[in-house]
Amino acid sequence: MRLSGTDLTCRRGGREIFAGLNFAVSAGEALMVSGRNGAGKSSLLRMLAGLLHVTHGKLDLADGDPDLAIGEQAHYLGHQDALKPSLSVAENLEFWVGFLGPAIASRGDALAAVGLDTIADLPAGYLSAGQRRRLSLARLLAVKRPIWLLDEPASTLDAAGQRRLRDFMRAHLVAGGLIVAATHASLGIDGAQELLLDQLSPAFAQATGSFGDGEALGPV
Amino acid sequence: MTALSAIFIRDMRLAIRVGGGALMGVLFFLVVITLVPFAIGPDLALLNRIGPAILWIAALLASLLTLDRLFATDHEDGSLDLILTSRAPLELVVLAKGCAHWVTTALPLVVVAPFVGIFLNLGGRAGAATVLTLLVGTPALTFIGIIGAAISVTLRRGGLLLAVLVLPLTVPILIFGVAAANAAVSGPIPFGTPFMTLCGLSLASLVVGPFAAAAALRLEME
Repeated sequence: MRLSGTDLTCRRGGREIFAGLNFAVSAGEALMVSGRNGAGKSSLLRMLAGLLHVTHGKLDLADGDPDLAIGEQAHYLGHQDALKPSLSVAENLEFWVGFLGPAIASRGDALAAVGLDTIADLPAGYLSAGQRRRLSLARLLAVKRPIWLLDEPASTLDAAGQRRLRDFMRAHLVAGGLIVAATHASLGIDGAQELLLDQLSPAFAQATGSFGDGEALGPV
Repeated sequence: MTALSAIFIRDMRLAIRVGGGALMGVLFFLVVITLVPFAIGPDLALLNRIGPAILWIAALLASLLTLDRLFATDHEDGSLDLILTSRAPLELVVLAKGCAHWVTTALPLVVVAPFVGIFLNLGGRAGAATVLTLLVGTPALTFIGIIGAAISVTLRRGGLLLAVLVLPLTVPILIFGVAAANAAVSGPIPFGTPFMTLCGLSLASLVVGPFAAAAALRLEME
């Protein structure tokens, strides 16, 4: 399985976010997308998930399931955790496993792996941001998808949570999975490819240039 | 199939939990119906004549009340992103959500309608006819409303737009629903004619609604 993008251009709201983006990731590899705020990291992931149209360029998945779109073979972990506050931890996971299915791990095992098994009956509305993120991660463990699209997966996790995330990602790569992650911090994946979006966004180059030189923001 | 039953069960659970819409719709329906006799006064003949129309308008407003959150909550918490990228056909997901909404919001209205009909002097034949028209007509309200809910999904105060978009489209359902209920009591046309048209409208919206709503959702997410 090999996921590649050729000459990708992203436009949002009539403005060019990035242009001429090329990348290729094979099974067992991870691609770490970095870049400053607004560089298009999330847009790239949404494009891969099929939530944004590819206006220019080409996305290609070799050796995948030809009947399914890339997004349908991927887990998309966005900024939002897709949880319902009035449902319990177990019910939230049960829904996503039932909806995305079929399950490869039992609900209890997936919750234990993210460290939420002791509060399975608690309504998700009482969870902290980090616990919510852990519950979203449980979805990735319970249903098998070859591609993981992770948008700032570690942002709200504590040190132990980040270690678990790193273990999950390593296990996924060893099992022949493929990861594209947008991140500011290193996620500790050895041998991951780096993709820096900063040079590819012409519209912002000038603005950040002036910030970088330390100029004060004058009256606009 | 499991994906659709999963979303149906989840939406049912959400509706009956705290903050869900199931109870709110019924209470709103009861309040509106209860207010009418106070406003009109104890004119039993008049209440009986306008009863079916009042029940229908109250049912229409009650089903709109909770419909605007149908996709908006999923959009706000990111669930809609996952639903859009999933393998389940979006049209069928919309159908499942619509069915869950109808069962939790419209069906309770149909169940309490015979009792609140008493407030409007709708007993016996007139009451039964009105309840029957509500039973077959409310799916049309849900599945026309679902299109508006999908169009207004990204708007913060989508409820207002939803009402403006949806209410004009429900005029035929209102006309045939009330006409059938009246026909059962006073004639002159037979009950079957407007009733069958109402059934037809319901079936048509059951087919058109999910496709139109799914198309709107795909367009909105860009």
